[in-house]
Amino acid sequence: MSTAVGVPSGRVQARTRSGSLGVLRSTGFAGIASAVVIAVATVLAVFGPLVAPYNPDLPSLGQAFIGPAGGHLLGFDFEGRDVLSRLLAGAQSSMIGPLAVVVGAMVLGTLIAVVAAWRQGPADTVISSGLDILFAFPGILLAVLAAAIFGAGLTAASVALAIAYMPYVARVLRGAALRERGQPYVAALEVQGASGTSICLRHIIPNMLPLIVAQATIMFGWAMVDLAAISFLGLGVQPPTPNWGVMISENEPGILQGYPLPALAAGLCIVGVVIAFNVLGERLFEQAQRVSR
Amino acid sequence: MSTDPLLSVSDLTVLLPVEGEQRAVLRDVSLDIRAGEAVGLVGESGSGKSMTARAIDRLLPKGAQVHGQIRLRDSDVMTLAGSQLRSYRNQVAMIFQDPRAHVNPVRRIGDFMTEALRTNLGVSPADAAHRAADMLAQVGIEDARRRLHQYPHELSGGMLQRVMIAAALLTEPALLLADEPTTALDVTTQAEVMAIMDELRHQYGLAMLFITHDLELAAAICDRTIVMYAGQVVEVRRSELLHSDPLHPYTAALAAARPDIGSKAARLQAIPGRPLSAFEAPAHECAFAPRCPYAQDACRDGVPPLIDLDGGLSRCLRVGELRGQLEAAHA
Repeated sequence: MSTAVGVPSGRVQARTRSGSLGVLRSTGFAGIASAVVIAVATVLAVFGPLVAPYNPDLPSLGQAFIGPAGGHLLGFDFEGRDVLSRLLAGAQSSMIGPLAVVVGAMVLGTLIAVVAAWRQGPADTVISSGLDILFAFPGILLAVLAAAIFGAGLTAASVALAIAYMPYVARVLRGAALRERGQPYVAALEVQGASGTSICLRHIIPNMLPLIVAQATIMFGWAMVDLAAISFLGLGVQPPTPNWGVMISENEPGILQGYPLPALAAGLCIVGVVIAFNVLGERLFEQAQRVSR
Repeated sequence: MSTDPLLSVSDLTVLLPVEGEQRAVLRDVSLDIRAGEAVGLVGESGSGKSMTARAIDRLLPKGAQVHGQIRLRDSDVMTLAGSQLRSYRNQVAMIFQDPRAHVNPVRRIGDFMTEALRTNLGVSPADAAHRAADMLAQVGIEDARRRLHQYPHELSGGMLQRVMIAAALLTEPALLLADEPTTALDVTTQAEVMAIMDELRHQYGLAMLFITHDLELAAAICDRTIVMYAGQVVEVRRSELLHSDPLHPYTAALAAARPDIGSKAARLQAIPGRPLSAFEAPAHECAFAPRCPYAQDACRDGVPPLIDLDGGLSRCLRVGELRGQLEAAHA
């Protein structure tokens, strides 16, 4: 009994005493720094096009692959467009894709996990085997398939990745949901006459929230890399829309010609944001584990 | 008080899968509870008390095999599902041993108490909160409005158990299953909580199945007491006679094992051997025979039936000749 009692009280402390700011503070310096990077990227995703110093879509072929000069801090890309402006404007399409993937994968995965844990028995067996089958398909392969069927674009790629990521979410959360399902308070709710749906939605899922948030954060990093790769292959965001993945792809010739800056700058943006998401996600995950222990 | 039972359990046998084999945890348990009646259910750990209550509230783990019948008034409890099961559970409320484990720690007391009212019975949130506050006042919690906004960890164990009792009464049940509701509390709190439960029970005309391993507590507040051993009912007796005139050697031994505050015992009497779970106990003889000082060869020839004697029931073959001696043996 003592463990069962210990579990909830720890969680209460984490929630009520410190709130979300407190949780962030306890992730340490690396966690806070990562959160700042993510915050900046998010702000740029919303306001990027507005703060871009030049028109990111205005080509001027005469200035193609010219290094930093004058007010152009990062120089010009292969069509002579301002690289800094394209990076700022590109934040939007680079961030919104992963966001869609993560939201889709988390919603699907959480629902499936909770259904499996709640019903148990045959339903759980069917769901778990279905997840095993889905595990066999790599995300990028599904995305290529989706592009072949629905045409290249961010939507098809995001949907395909969301489906490919869903099993990872569902597997981790199923374990958490099973643990929560076994808590005595769930039995108490059942004898109070609460319905399964209401117990799942009002109690089990909210109590898994720390883990869900941590998972989503880590997954955002994966999705960003995969979507950038898909855009690099030409199956995601379509030029001339500014996008970090696309920028690497279209400025690739510059790397060979001695002007690596445009491709490199876009690559660094991706790496920076992905590392930030990974570090923060790992820290949050550790915390979620510690709290539920 | 009508003679028709409110709840009747007949020949309830429950098997649970343990490491691939089905193990019996309850064997042929039959019991009746009439409206407004308090029935005690006593026995050692593992005797099947809690399992009986869980089976009545359909809370057995997945994979449990259940035989026998449970009826509330005219409905067959074993076949209920969905919303019917939920409304049945609103009529048969349960109070657990450890209140802290049985409440979602991240929800406020008010949310917890009014959940069933709001989601099942369609009561408006304001009305539900009002009723909850009323009920908290009835279980002796002051400042009820403020308590509704507090979290479970802000309340003491005794306070929280009162909240659980109040929550159980909110859906106006006909039967209360109290599974050792005071075991986790200290003695003075225990007395308060018992007094509140007893008073509210009479006030609302509630029937109660009171599970405890405290024979005297059961005798004090229950009309009848059922003694369980190894998943079987071994004795059913009017509570006031349980101590002075037990009908089963096990009951007598339980009573003798309890220290008496009035006299200093040199050495507490123990029952030889250890308590057996239902699946360990011999299946085709008297389950208590291996530990029973009165066991004879006849006791090992088959499971004794429940023998009706003077308004009580005993699962002891020798009850007729042993009656009276049992009391003398430990006095």
